[in-house]
Amino acid sequence: MHIVDRRLNPSGKNLANRQRFMRRAKSLIRKAVHESSASRSIKDADQAGEVALPAQGVHEPSFHRSATGGTRDHLLPGNKQYIEGDTIPRPQGGQGGGGSEGSPDGEGQDDFRFALSQDEFVDLFLEDLELPDLAKRRVVDIESVSWHRAGYSVTGSPANLALLRTVRNSLSRRIALKRPKPHELQELRDQIAALSPDGEDHARRAELEEELARKMRRTGLIPYIDPLDVRYRKFESMPKPVAQAVMFCLMDVSGSMTEHMKDLAKRFYVLLYIFLKRRYKHVDVVFIRHTHQAQEVDEDTFFHSPETGGTVVSTALEEMQRVVDERYSPDSWNIYAAQASDGDNTASDNDKTAALLTDTILPLCQYYAYLEVGRDSEHFPPGFIRRDSDLWQTYTTIIKSGAPMAMRKVGHRRDIYPVFRELFAKKQQASAGAEE
Amino acid sequence: MNDSPGIVRAERPLFEGADWEFGTIQRVHDAIEKVALNDLGLDVYPNQIEIISAEQMLDAYSSISMPLFYKHWSFGKHFARNEALYRAGMQGLAYEVVINSNPCISYIMEENTATMQALVIAHAAFGHNHFFKNNYAFKQWTDAAGILDYLEFARGYIAHCEERYGETAVERLLDAAHALMTHGVHRYPRRRVADLRSEEQRAKERREHDERVFNDLWRTVPVKEGGKEDQSLEERRRALLQLPQENILYFLEKTAPRLLPWQREVLRIVRMIAQYFYPQQQTKLMNEGCATYTHYRIMNLLHERGQLTDGAMVEFLRSHTNVVFQPDFDDPRYSGINPYALGFAMMRDIERMCTEPTAEDEQWFPTLAGSDPMDVLRDVWANYRDESFILQYLSPRMIREFGLFHVLDDANEPNLRVEAIHDERGYRKIQRALARQYDIAWTLPDIQVVDVNLAGDRRLIVHHRALNRILLEERDARFVLQHLADLWGYDVLLKEVDPGTDSVLKEHAATPRGGILHPDGN
Repeated sequence: MHIVDRRLNPSGKNLANRQRFMRRAKSLIRKAVHESSASRSIKDADQAGEVALPAQGVHEPSFHRSATGGTRDHLLPGNKQYIEGDTIPRPQGGQGGGGSEGSPDGEGQDDFRFALSQDEFVDLFLEDLELPDLAKRRVVDIESVSWHRAGYSVTGSPANLALLRTVRNSLSRRIALKRPKPHELQELRDQIAALSPDGEDHARRAELEEELARKMRRTGLIPYIDPLDVRYRKFESMPKPVAQAVMFCLMDVSGSMTEHMKDLAKRFYVLLYIFLKRRYKHVDVVFIRHTHQAQEVDEDTFFHSPETGGTVVSTALEEMQRVVDERYSPDSWNIYAAQASDGDNTASDNDKTAALLTDTILPLCQYYAYLEVGRDSEHFPPGFIRRDSDLWQTYTTIIKSGAPMAMRKVGHRRDIYPVFRELFAKKQQASAGAEE
Repeated sequence: MNDSPGIVRAERPLFEGADWEFGTIQRVHDAIEKVALNDLGLDVYPNQIEIISAEQMLDAYSSISMPLFYKHWSFGKHFARNEALYRAGMQGLAYEVVINSNPCISYIMEENTATMQALVIAHAAFGHNHFFKNNYAFKQWTDAAGILDYLEFARGYIAHCEERYGETAVERLLDAAHALMTHGVHRYPRRRVADLRSEEQRAKERREHDERVFNDLWRTVPVKEGGKEDQSLEERRRALLQLPQENILYFLEKTAPRLLPWQREVLRIVRMIAQYFYPQQQTKLMNEGCATYTHYRIMNLLHERGQLTDGAMVEFLRSHTNVVFQPDFDDPRYSGINPYALGFAMMRDIERMCTEPTAEDEQWFPTLAGSDPMDVLRDVWANYRDESFILQYLSPRMIREFGLFHVLDDANEPNLRVEAIHDERGYRKIQRALARQYDIAWTLPDIQVVDVNLAGDRRLIVHHRALNRILLEERDARFVLQHLADLWGYDVLLKEVDPGTDSVLKEHAATPRGGILHPDGN
């Protein structure tokens, strides 16, 4: 008899099957992911989780008899009252004899819950999306490079001398070439000294002295450290990727913004947050709300505390600029901004906003997304052309000049994800979208 | 039960408490082996006991409990489903999984207590193991020594195909093959291809027979000619294709005109694996009955001899009782007849009939009374499958104890009718009806390839002989038929026929989808 302990075997034996299954059920899982993401809160939006898949989608068919029709025999245990010839009214559902008989293949037809890991979830969630201008343009031009160790070289400055490596090389060379060791020489000298000076052992003495001479000569010929041994630490310069990003959430919280609109905006921010987190090691989020004046607030206040007042968009941009100047130097931060608004702005502010955006904000940003949220009930009969909002008109002119900016209108929760995808779809479409 | 006076009580029990280590497993195994071989006279393959974790148990679940298997999305699906159920606490995991191989591999879970390890070793490593080695169905259909090598080959071959022809192509093929897997087994041993020598011998015997019975008169008998010629041609054509053929995968592998050689090999792999599992489907009741009876006897003997503590015995009995629990039909927990319960009860009943027969037993089973129970049981385990076992050994007493009754459900009648209950008139009927439920030929639809004209339009004609006029589940049948058409490469027609009158009840047709399995399209 053998006892084998299999517990130490590498786990994840089923990974290949799982991947095949995921690929097979991809469209189903994707749909489930999008549905389940709608019901998640901002904090755990990118966590691992379960999604429910309809069982039919990954059905494995086989020839089997249908559950109805024909003549069937049922053999049941636990007879209490029946005698031969009794009739029993047919139970609901067509199954004979009462008890619940399992479906023939043991598989229920209900949905089955399927647990996705966080990576799988986010992968599916953000499939095919790409951040525009992932590399920080401004910084690539300037000097943000870091030096990385890149092994050893035979040339270099004395300051970079790799002592350990050099001595190791020297040691191996000395061993290989059999350079006499100091203690060997000392032993020979001691032996010579130990021989009586009288010269009884003349032959022996001469022999030892000759050997000593030979070893001394060898020591001279084979240097302790040879230029061949010398190594220098080598460094290479690498452009330093800016691995941190800051995301500015700008939102109009004036009275005209309903809860529904804020909810839409929030969903958009969540998506952007997940997306940025995927690309950058560290993502900061700054919430700036504005009415006729702007202030930086925490998340809870941002979404939930009501404000009243007029609408002056430029104040938010000024606030954003202040925060950037204070904390987020564009040299070391990737800056993304997303603005959500119902499109209202004080008429006199439009020019100022446009100027601020083009001259100050957009040069700082990797990307600036503007989301115009509308009412859920807003529905326009065909042929009715809705007048574009003030902000929309203002921004349209800016985008025409080819700035890294995009804008979309969203009226319903279900549109958020498609709009987000549209904004961040792979390169070609993104630029095409910005130019429209 | 065996109250022989000479019981030697062990100095100390094999283990105390719930913890175990490898030394415990070894001791327990050796003690059980002694009982199994000496007291019960079992004959087993050498054992290999593997200790696995919960995740590995889930792995085993998903790949039909084989230790190595090729890759396919459906296994990933089963894994995900089981994992989700397990994590939600809706499903416990089995204590063990045992594989019909030589050496016989038993997986036991690390979470089991020492008592449970003893129980599963007795159950799997000796009960199932004995059954695998001795039952005729396993002997005839499976090659325990070769299965692991074959699976290794299968996995390698399919991985190689995936590399060479693409994962999608292989996946589609496997999808189609899996759909037909239930109809990829030979139910009867095939005729062995005769070698030249025996063929010669037979020819000689035939000639001698002809010479012996030669009568010149026969030459003068007028022979009817005409239509007969045609029919024999038709029959010859079918005979050449070995039609009708119920092993659809075999038929496709050998005959489908457009499959590539690697595709045929993959079909063969699926078919071989289906064949390997075929005996398990027909012997579920007996296999579990045998294993449960074995562990029950062994644990009791160990306890009698002082090798199990009383505490361990109580734990064992609790677990055993749960396993052999049979809820009544009107119980919400009822989900069919529990094979552990019925199997175990019948084995115990046979033992009882050998040692303490009643008048009724002597009338029903005259040969059992007075024989050695283990001799009888070993013979039963070797020579029966579920259907024949029930037909032969379901005693009236069992029928009464289980309160079995037979209900007939005719779709044309408004009500169900009780055909038989546990009384004099009913015993035989219930035996027959229950045996039929375990007959795999009755539970699986009878589907056969009946005709194809390879020289003509190559349309494959498949018949479902709708037993009791129960038709195929239509949605699934359509899917499977589509797979069948893809494999065949030409149109397929499935007729559901009433076996009584040969009238066609329903027809389904399928046309192959272009480019699914045959890369050249059209």
